[in-house]
Amino acid sequence: MRTSRVRIAMSLLALGVAACGPIEPWVKPYERENLADPIMAFDRNPVSTAYLDHVYEAREGARGAVGSAGGGCGCN
Amino acid sequence: MALIAACGAPAYAGVLADDRADVLYHRYEGGGVTIDGPSILVRKKFGERFAATANYYVDMVSSASIDVELTASPYEEERTQRSLGFEFLNGKVTYSAGFINSEESDFKSNTAYFSISQDMFGDLTTISLTYKRGWDDVFRNVRQADGSLTRDPGFAESADRRGYSVGLTQVLTRSLIMAVQYEVLTDEGFLNSPYRSVRYIDPESASGYSFEPEVYPHTRTSNAASVRMKYFLPYRAALEGQYRFFTDTWGIDAHTAEVAYTHPVGERWIFDGKLRYYRQNAADFYRDLFPRRGFANFLARDKELATFTSYTVGVGASYEFRVSRLPWVQKSTVNLRYDYLLIDYDDFRDARLTDPANGVPAGSEPLYELDANVIQLFLSVWF
Repeated sequence: MRTSRVRIAMSLLALGVAACGPIEPWVKPYERENLADPIMAFDRNPVSTAYLDHVYEAREGARGAVGSAGGGCGCN
Repeated sequence: MALIAACGAPAYAGVLADDRADVLYHRYEGGGVTIDGPSILVRKKFGERFAATANYYVDMVSSASIDVELTASPYEEERTQRSLGFEFLNGKVTYSAGFINSEESDFKSNTAYFSISQDMFGDLTTISLTYKRGWDDVFRNVRQADGSLTRDPGFAESADRRGYSVGLTQVLTRSLIMAVQYEVLTDEGFLNSPYRSVRYIDPESASGYSFEPEVYPHTRTSNAASVRMKYFLPYRAALEGQYRFFTDTWGIDAHTAEVAYTHPVGERWIFDGKLRYYRQNAADFYRDLFPRRGFANFLARDKELATFTSYTVGVGASYEFRVSRLPWVQKSTVNLRYDYLLIDYDDFRDARLTDPANGVPAGSEPLYELDANVIQLFLSVWF
């Protein structure tokens, strides 16, 4: 019982240390050619997206959570 | 989040989006309603750390909708919306703030928002937090003897709105990106239309029903969560899937699913296609026909609060061109987009067709169906 508690504590400690260490991006900047293509933007034409969202909000009861978090892949 | 903040962000900087201007003409036609007008969106960077966005948007409404046909006269209306936003980039953190104003003859709305987003983990992850606050003033127009509409001096209501959202964009592989978002919206005040009525069974009326004003609760809180995934196909095309779940304190649950496909052809053309499915159940206090006058504390017959399924099929084409006489323009696109929207109502009947003498009493009319054509034509310029 005591051994497993120690193991859990060590695992949590290791996780904390790892979280504060430099995280290696698993998709390197030079591997983001596909993601940087304009066709991969979540919102390629904001003026058009905003209009269609407005149409749906006027016709439907649901609202919210329609935008992407913004930015994203840092591949500009 | 606290752990992430404590560990600190890498020291290289993010990037603000490029300078861009869009001029759009939009037109919605369906259910006896035509809404069209322009939208102009301009985005400009000042140095590498500041950007401003301005939007001017107009809805010119000509309405003879089913609601208007039943209880009022066709009308024309104009809504103008202006917004101004600012962004400040500091290392990996982008701060955004802005203000949106919307005005029509019987409704005025102001919204302020603040957002903060941070790129992290080698720019594979972006986390955003947004707070917005809105203030609405609701008025009522009345038709005068000469046919003109003027504001009713005895009616003025207001509503307060607040919104909180958190979003995460995550690069999953070199060809796959995901965005998730959760948003809480909460409103307090006068939330219904000052014009719309509900109908109730009235044996003394020739049609078998009469009208009384709708009454909504004075509060509404909604939760919405969405996930989007976009995948780059090996032959240079993009496939996107999206799902959103919505629930609110009025008893509405809704599901939205969307699939979109983007296909470039040559250097200049990009074609888009999408299918969208939406399903909601009715609000707790919605009924097509109430059993009697004053049946409940809250009464609604707004078809947007009914049970229905909505389908959209959309296509778009974009053509890129350059104008050699304008060297400051990096690229331009002209875009055409068409969306066909069909809504099948489960419990909203076409009360214009009530005919008790011919075996169509109130409550047995055919269910209503709405279809609409939505067209967008716009020019985009990057400079």
